[in-house]
Amino acid sequence: MFKKLIKNSRMKSPWLLHFDCGSCNGCDIEVLACLTPVYDVERFGIINVGNPMHADLFLVTGTVNSRNSMVLRNLYDQMPNPKVVVAIGSCGLSGGIFREAYNVVGGVDKIIPVDVYVPGCPAKPEAIIDGVVAGLQKYAHVAN
Amino acid sequence: MSMQILLVALGVVAGPLIGGLIGGLDRIITARFQSRVGPPILQPFYDVNKLLAKEYTVVNAWQAFCAYSYLAASMISVALFFLQSDMLVIYFVQAVGAIFLVVGALSSTSPYSQVGAHRELLQMLAYEPLLVLVIIGIYIETGSFKISAVYSWDKPLLLKLPFLFVVLGYALTIKLRKSPFDLSTSHHAHQELVKGVTTDYSGPFLGLIEIAHWYDVVLFLCFCSLFWATDIAGMIILISITYFLEILIDNVSARMTWRWMLGNVWAIGLTLSLVNLIWLYQR
Repeated sequence: MFKKLIKNSRMKSPWLLHFDCGSCNGCDIEVLACLTPVYDVERFGIINVGNPMHADLFLVTGTVNSRNSMVLRNLYDQMPNPKVVVAIGSCGLSGGIFREAYNVVGGVDKIIPVDVYVPGCPAKPEAIIDGVVAGLQKYAHVAN
Repeated sequence: MSMQILLVALGVVAGPLIGGLIGGLDRIITARFQSRVGPPILQPFYDVNKLLAKEYTVVNAWQAFCAYSYLAASMISVALFFLQSDMLVIYFVQAVGAIFLVVGALSSTSPYSQVGAHRELLQMLAYEPLLVLVIIGIYIETGSFKISAVYSWDKPLLLKLPFLFVVLGYALTIKLRKSPFDLSTSHHAHQELVKGVTTDYSGPFLGLIEIAHWYDVVLFLCFCSLFWATDIAGMIILISITYFLEILIDNVSARMTWRWMLGNVWAIGLTLSLVNLIWLYQR
């Protein structure tokens, strides 16, 4: 019963941290659009926190390059377990159109483990919410 | 004696339940003001459950000690209120709890945590003197610092201490971390330096601090209820109106600077308190 309670609470209270890892801001605008009255993700208990130490879900947009890979790694390490990473947009998935650039490392999964991939350029808010929900399924079933 | 134990148990158990429900209601009403639907009413409980089940991470031993002490102090102050004890003792116990929150934040080297802690101290500097003046006003009217004396008083205190109730409203706004006084930590990420005073508390310790905050909310609303202690319906109506006004003020105002807070709260708060106290004294 206790485990069920925790699982239920986890499903209903994902706090997300959003990191722009060198994105063109297209995906970032779509992520923030989820928080507006039109989509209102607070209905599902989702809060956008600015602090990795409070976050459960890590939303990363944009390509990873040699300069910001350290920041990405650092933010991931600061999040307490259990945690779920959602990579958003073509750039976050693979590096997108920038993947051949000399300073680009590639997608987010080159640096940290990614649980859910949300494609799109930019990803639609509906797709992002779908990705977060898929991430939640994973998050709730993590053994404590 | 058994009656007293029952009262303490009631305070300790009902405190966080009521505080959490008020928090959930607050978030729904705030969402409706912003033409959103808002989270379910039990959302604060989901949040705390989740936080308590997260990984145990702590910056240093002091931080853990401070989080537990803050919770203990808030719990004791609510229990003392339910025992209808001395208002000054309750006031000092809750002040000790608030200080522990600050010390815990200061024990980390993170600059965000430090800035948040300093702002929390400034907030305490703003509201704590006002709270003492409110308690003194109640003492001048009823002749006792005991809460039991307020309950046995035959007229509502609000009629004699209207300005002091406004002053208590200021203290409540600061303590609830509502705009324009949400300097130390805000509910909204977009206007915050990482997360202010709670930046380095994470997982279970953030959960403990949230529970302690519920106790604080209940304590301050109990203080408000003293102003209409003659009947329960009046108490509930007074608290509901006060809390609704708090949410309204939170939604229509922006966050201000600490200089503005100190100047404004002290100037208006001290003036209103003095006018009310002189009026009481002259009678």
